[in-house]
Amino acid sequence: MTSSEYAATRSRILRDELVGLYGVVERNVYLTKRYFLWDLAFLFWTIANTLTIVFISRGVGVSPAEQNALATKLLVGGVIWAFLGIIFEIVTETVAWERWEGTIEYTFMAPVSRPVHLIGMGIYAVLYGLVRAAAVFVVVVAFIGLHVPHANYGAAVALLAIASVSFIGVGMMTAVLPLISPEKGTQLGFVAQGLMLVVSGVYYPVSVLPDWMRWIAKISPATYALRGNRQQILTGSGVAWADVWPLLVIGAISIPLGLAVFKAGERYAKKHGKLKRSG
Amino acid sequence: MQEHPQQAVVVRDLEKSFSRRAGLVGRRRRAALRHVSLSVARGECVAILGQNGSGKSTLVRVLSTLLLADGGGAWIFGYDVQREPRPVRRLVNRVSVEASFFKKMSAAENLAYAARFYGMGPGETRAKIPAILERVGFPPDRRGEAMENLSRGMQQKVALARALLTSPVVLLLDEPTTGLDPRSKAEVQAFIREIRTRHDSTIVLCTHDMNEAEELADRVGLLDRGELLFLETVDEVKARYGVETLEEAFFAATGRTFEDETEDDKDREVFA
Repeated sequence: MTSSEYAATRSRILRDELVGLYGVVERNVYLTKRYFLWDLAFLFWTIANTLTIVFISRGVGVSPAEQNALATKLLVGGVIWAFLGIIFEIVTETVAWERWEGTIEYTFMAPVSRPVHLIGMGIYAVLYGLVRAAAVFVVVVAFIGLHVPHANYGAAVALLAIASVSFIGVGMMTAVLPLISPEKGTQLGFVAQGLMLVVSGVYYPVSVLPDWMRWIAKISPATYALRGNRQQILTGSGVAWADVWPLLVIGAISIPLGLAVFKAGERYAKKHGKLKRSG
Repeated sequence: MQEHPQQAVVVRDLEKSFSRRAGLVGRRRRAALRHVSLSVARGECVAILGQNGSGKSTLVRVLSTLLLADGGGAWIFGYDVQREPRPVRRLVNRVSVEASFFKKMSAAENLAYAARFYGMGPGETRAKIPAILERVGFPPDRRGEAMENLSRGMQQKVALARALLTSPVVLLLDEPTTGLDPRSKAEVQAFIREIRTRHDSTIVLCTHDMNEAEELADRVGLLDRGELLFLETVDEVKARYGVETLEEAFFAATGRTFEDETEDDKDREVFA
């Protein structure tokens, strides 16, 4: 093969992969359209759930200003909980939904690479998650009557997007679970979400945690997303490098690790016949 | 790139077994394929007959890179299905007994999703999807309807369209007419005939319908409990066993009638 033929082949493969990535996002748009009312109902549930957390601030005997700050901190925790939940849910659906529909074998025998497939799911998850997180934030702020005059929304979204790289990496690891256990694998994704948030100070500062949990908090991307977002909403600060560099490091490790875990899981499923719908 | 590039499909000494939990701690192991060897020439249509659990679907899954074999090997136009899955996936597509789709999405949306994975962008599929649906006899006014509202026969037509949309050179048909009403069955079979005459496709048709095998295939193989007992033209099979029909040939080869299924066969179905 000459160098120009090699370059043409590479360029065709890249183009095909990008079309495949577009296809994953496009399919998710179709499904969101078809399940719009269900998704809306789920959004109401998330809002109600977040309100139950944020209302805790109203029962604390502190000054109105301190109540407002506490409510904002709780709201950021609730919004990130919801955002992370959507990312894990959608990335885990890479396997779970297709297995349920019976399409997984057709998808897994198609000539698109698994990283492109998973990253396509991740991109859609982040976009959908951001829209949903914004909706939860706006509705709860209006409902509670929160004052967030200094909020730097642009910085908050940017930090969440950076953190999402790591979240997707972790999501890839949980996405493989339905391949190994078709019945219970999806639920284990929620376990990962809960564990990540409990050590990251979702509704409290990390400083209240026992020492060993604080050490784990250092390697959790949610720690930096929560810390940064709270500052950005309360004080209007920008994207702090102190939050960004750990997220970049964790992302650089979690994405390849997530892909490797998924690849190992896919190999296991192909070895043991677990792709089959009834398997 | 491996050997046999002149052959569309080569399977050599293929072995696959599965184990499943039995009781609290035990595991049972059942062979789904036992040293299966065969080859299919380019443009040929080969039917693999076998009862439920005989290993037909396992063979199709290995050829379509969905299962890793325990031993032996398989090649599609010289590409090793285990070591070179990517080029194999470009060449192969499959229609299985279950027309699996996203039920809430329409036929056109499902086809678009499948096509993207083969590098076909919206510009290309805009004309191609209606054309292929028309070819399989799918009514144009139902293209936007959710799959869950379509009959089983209609869904199977969309499944054929999905496979053909990617222009596969090897088409793996795993009981494509099982469970269809007689009219839908005849339509699907007519379409398979059309593919044979109009395209340069190689077809591996797994079925337990002996008439279908005899009518559509150049050669017929019998997979029984994971073993390939023969793969010859129908005349050669009949001559070999001195019988008039494929059913009699099955009896002569296995000592059982085609409808007979032992407990072991039912158990095997779970694995194969």
